[in-house]
Amino acid sequence: MTGGTELIETVAAPMADAVPERVRRGRGWGPRIWIPLVVVAFYVLAAIFGPMIVTFDPVATDTANRLLPPLSHRDDGSLVLFGTDQVGQDLLAQTMQGARVSMLVGVATLLLAGFIGVVVGVVSGYFGRWADAVLMRVADIQLTFPGILLAILIAAVIGQSVLNVVLILAISGWVTFARVTRGQVLATKNREYVDATRTLGASNWHIIRTCILPACTAPILVIATLDIGSVILAEAALSFLGLGTPASTPSWGVTIANGRNLLSSAWWVSTIPGICLAILVVSFGILGDALRDRFDPKMKGI
Amino acid sequence: MVAYIVRRLLFAAFVMWGAVTIVFIVLRMVPGDPALVMLGPDASPDEIAALRESLGLTEPIPQQYLHYLASSVRLDFGDSIRLGGDAMGHVLERMPMTIQLSVAALMFAVVFGIGFGIVAALRVNTWADRVITVTSLVTHSLPSFWVGLVLILMLARGLQLLPSGGAGSFAHLLLPAFALALPFTAMVMRLTRSGLLEVINEGYIATARSKGLSERVVIFPHAIRNALIPIVTVVGLYFGAILGGTVVIETVFAWPGVGRLIVDSIGFRDYGVVQSGILVIAAIFVMINLIVDILYGYLDPRVRLAR
Repeated sequence: MTGGTELIETVAAPMADAVPERVRRGRGWGPRIWIPLVVVAFYVLAAIFGPMIVTFDPVATDTANRLLPPLSHRDDGSLVLFGTDQVGQDLLAQTMQGARVSMLVGVATLLLAGFIGVVVGVVSGYFGRWADAVLMRVADIQLTFPGILLAILIAAVIGQSVLNVVLILAISGWVTFARVTRGQVLATKNREYVDATRTLGASNWHIIRTCILPACTAPILVIATLDIGSVILAEAALSFLGLGTPASTPSWGVTIANGRNLLSSAWWVSTIPGICLAILVVSFGILGDALRDRFDPKMKGI
Repeated sequence: MVAYIVRRLLFAAFVMWGAVTIVFIVLRMVPGDPALVMLGPDASPDEIAALRESLGLTEPIPQQYLHYLASSVRLDFGDSIRLGGDAMGHVLERMPMTIQLSVAALMFAVVFGIGFGIVAALRVNTWADRVITVTSLVTHSLPSFWVGLVLILMLARGLQLLPSGGAGSFAHLLLPAFALALPFTAMVMRLTRSGLLEVINEGYIATARSKGLSERVVIFPHAIRNALIPIVTVVGLYFGAILGGTVVIETVFAWPGVGRLIVDSIGFRDYGVVQSGILVIAAIFVMINLIVDILYGYLDPRVRLAR
């Protein structure tokens, strides 16, 4: 920012091409969509097939090969790509098992949170009145709780298991879905085609199913893509604190926590699962952003 | 304006009641007898009976709830079974450390987020904009506890520049505040960028330009002021998320704040401390949002009139 003229140029430039940029983004599947999709697909494959190829046994130990750095060889000559931890567990196997746990938890959480959120959103938006008032106040209250705190409170009370993690994260995650669905329902329910369907004698259920829900699909999918990264992060954070998945089904958070005490002697134990986690979450973030710009330019910048 | 403030105050009180109720409901979800769970299998029947009595578990649920509301108003959540003494006292003692960490992180996020956001918006579609945007996309998604560990590994253990944990000096504050602030800096940056780009296209900016004002004056007081309005609200929301994030970051950096106290207390089933900590953080969050709402009503008069 050296002078006025330069500012005028730099500021005038976006005005000129702001609209074309939006139109350009609206067309086709750019690299912002397919590159993260390829990365996510790679993770899905690794999560499905990885543990079949390199089996992970949470209680096995191999003390002769403990704390091997990445790309070194075991005493039987086999390569350890990601290194081993303090009991000689292969980190590659552990990371792929972690991918399986983290992604399963992420998807299951979103399905549950999405289901609760859509039901609440439809009831609230379509039927309105006291149901709307009560449900939206519950949502307001929940938003005053930082999500992770609610999750920690519930985790502390009901204890550790994969199912509990899904329940906990879904309980703290349904509000976004409910609000988006409600907004979409409110925007749709008085459209002419909905009135027309109603005039023809359609039941509420029929209208919701055939008119309202299809209009909600795109924003819900966008929210789900934007959310899955933060759900996976929240799961990792809970597991890192020892409140998430139990050690018998280690997610990335468990492995990262495990490597915390080894930071000075074996940096790879924490770092490698962390990098895997970060790449996946970043990919979901880019994908979610791109889908939002593609399907709903109004939501841009939220 | 007064009616607006009263309405926000009532809403804040209502939300706080809701938070207390949520904590009550969750704590009644403890499988089995909470007194038995808290004291462990070695406790004698007398001890369990005494704790049941002091927790009020012998009463019917509605009465328990009323007592719980009353003790919440008095900020009395019983004694800490791990540390002894008043549970709320322990939390309040640690609170300044958590506030210090959160405020440092928030300031970092606001200063760098708005700064980079302005640069990116003024140089939109140049390499500077792209670098800032891509960096923010990545930093927004990095797990903060992992960033913390990497920072410890590189700056504390490797280069030995900064302490790896604990508290006491400004140097101790740097790494945890940075790790905590990173995702929020990215969000503030993106909001500033998109907000400024939107405002720049508004009519009043064209008016300001046509009056012959210098570009600096057009951007700085005129455009920035309106671009910042949404950021005020969002900063309020982020403050809650930052407070939640302290729980994890304090554990990574051994920072002696409320978050770490909560995590440590969970292991000992010290529910008095856990609920005190969570309700104090919720109360701060509600207060911040109240202030933000009032500030927002002041900045943007349209908000006051809407319901």
